[in-house]
Amino acid sequence: MTPAVRLWCAQIAAIVRLELKKNFSFRRALPLYLLAAMPLLVFVSHAIGYARGWTNCHGTEDLTVFAGVFQLFVLRLVVFFGCVVIFLNLFRGEVVQKSLHYYFLAPVRRDLLVVGKYLSGLIIAVAVFGASVALSYFILCRHLAATASAELAGPALHHLGSYVGVTVLACAGYGAVFLLLGMLFRNPIVPAIAVLVWESLIVFFPPLLKKISVIFYLESLCPVRVPFEGPGALFAITANPTPAYLAVPGLMLLAVLIVTVAAVRIHRLEINYGAE
Amino acid sequence: MNGANGIVFDDVSKFYGDVLGVNRVQLSIPPGITTLVGPNGSGKTTLMNLMTGLVRPSRGSVRVLGIPPSDPERLFAVTGYCTQFDAFPRGLTGYEFIYLHLRLHAMGHARAAELTARALERVTMTAPAGYRIASYSKGMRQRIKLAQAIAHQPSVLVLDEPLNGLDPMARAEAIALFRALAAEGLHVIISSHILHEVDQISDQVVMLSNGYVVAEGQIQAVRGEMHQEHPLQILVRCTQPGLLAARLFSEDHVAEVRMHHDRGGLLVSTRDPESFYELLGKMVLEDAIHLESVAPADEDVHSVYEYLIGGGGGAA
Repeated sequence: MTPAVRLWCAQIAAIVRLELKKNFSFRRALPLYLLAAMPLLVFVSHAIGYARGWTNCHGTEDLTVFAGVFQLFVLRLVVFFGCVVIFLNLFRGEVVQKSLHYYFLAPVRRDLLVVGKYLSGLIIAVAVFGASVALSYFILCRHLAATASAELAGPALHHLGSYVGVTVLACAGYGAVFLLLGMLFRNPIVPAIAVLVWESLIVFFPPLLKKISVIFYLESLCPVRVPFEGPGALFAITANPTPAYLAVPGLMLLAVLIVTVAAVRIHRLEINYGAE
Repeated sequence: MNGANGIVFDDVSKFYGDVLGVNRVQLSIPPGITTLVGPNGSGKTTLMNLMTGLVRPSRGSVRVLGIPPSDPERLFAVTGYCTQFDAFPRGLTGYEFIYLHLRLHAMGHARAAELTARALERVTMTAPAGYRIASYSKGMRQRIKLAQAIAHQPSVLVLDEPLNGLDPMARAEAIALFRALAAEGLHVIISSHILHEVDQISDQVVMLSNGYVVAEGQIQAVRGEMHQEHPLQILVRCTQPGLLAARLFSEDHVAEVRMHHDRGGLLVSTRDPESFYELLGKMVLEDAIHLESVAPADEDVHSVYEYLIGGGGGAA
């Protein structure tokens, strides 16, 4: 490792340390933890309800229900809004608090600052939402073992890695998008809502347009296909799913590309809090 | 001046949309204490932000010890900037604020901790450093910002209104610190409204008005360039003020002579101080006038500011 690369790694580590210290103390990040606890609450309640005899369950549909909750609720709401909160504020929050200049007055390349901040956001998003998904699925599998479909519990556990992996990719993709929006717009909530609307409406778009979204690739990677019925069918993405060997690097490439745009863009950023 | 050891503005202009920040600034700032003086909106903070890269010039270029502000890795290894923004990263203690910033310099824990302790000691903030900055008074916040700016031992220190919010004792300590840093060979650039304190500490001043540099250099030299338009006022306390006044009236360079209200001296306005001092010396020898004191009455920053820029500058 060259001295320059060693220096950059040390600086990125320092940025991550500072960001985690500033933004993700338990009290400050409480809304995030509550958001992440919501899917957990659903499956814990179900497991407790079954154990106490309040609900009847054969376990056969539970894996499909989890896949539905994961796609419709976790990815589209919990992770999406979690990333809005985390990544929009990485730069926008600093401008509002008038503290961005402290970073600009450090001997750190501005593009490294973007990378450091993105990584800090990614670490917290993956830790919070990844843990939520993993714990929810693990509880579901433990619950399955107690039902008439106990034989499904073992094989189902193999999907745990896939769900966590999709969550990580969702954080990386949405995180990059919101990091850039937070840098580009004075009021980034409006473009964030536009992204939400786009991600929600792609089900009505032709197959080609469906592919210009993060959610399409994420759902392609989900281990269980959901046979959506009723109102849920509105969210069924009917285009052929993209194979994992394209979807995974594609999403990662998208994230890298957007972070690179942010890293270029930050060189033009000036400190002018008076204009805010 | 060699651009590699000074701060050089080369024909620098900055516009915020249609609003002028500074225009066609040509400056070379040597080591020592340089004070930027001017009313609100005159361009002091813009100049400081330009030299630290927080804003980019619309035209022209800036070099700090030969380093462009677009190279933060090199620039902020040698530059510290205490801004006037009274805002801090959330949730940090005074110690963490400095320590974590030093870690951005890629310093190890031991070195960062050592420099943090040293900086806190220099601004007498060691005791409250463990408390959150949110609980600090205005003066403490000002001092912790100052500590952060000097913690990495920079060669260039830029201080935007550093005396704001400090009580008289803390001001005196801060001024002593600035002097000590300047004596160590640092470039210390200060903006201030408090003109009598500027007078005490400045090796040179840069006066700004409406985005333009209207004067720069040592205050005596700046004052000297204004003698034709604003004759220098000299207060002479002596035993025979009437005799002295009679002699002075015949001199072309003397614009006005006024008797002091206690009739124990004169206030002389002259366009040629050197000739005046020469004449005064001759009279002391020839006419046996006994001088108690001779002192310029308007050779300070405040007077120069009043002449060049106008009222309101002496306050604060």
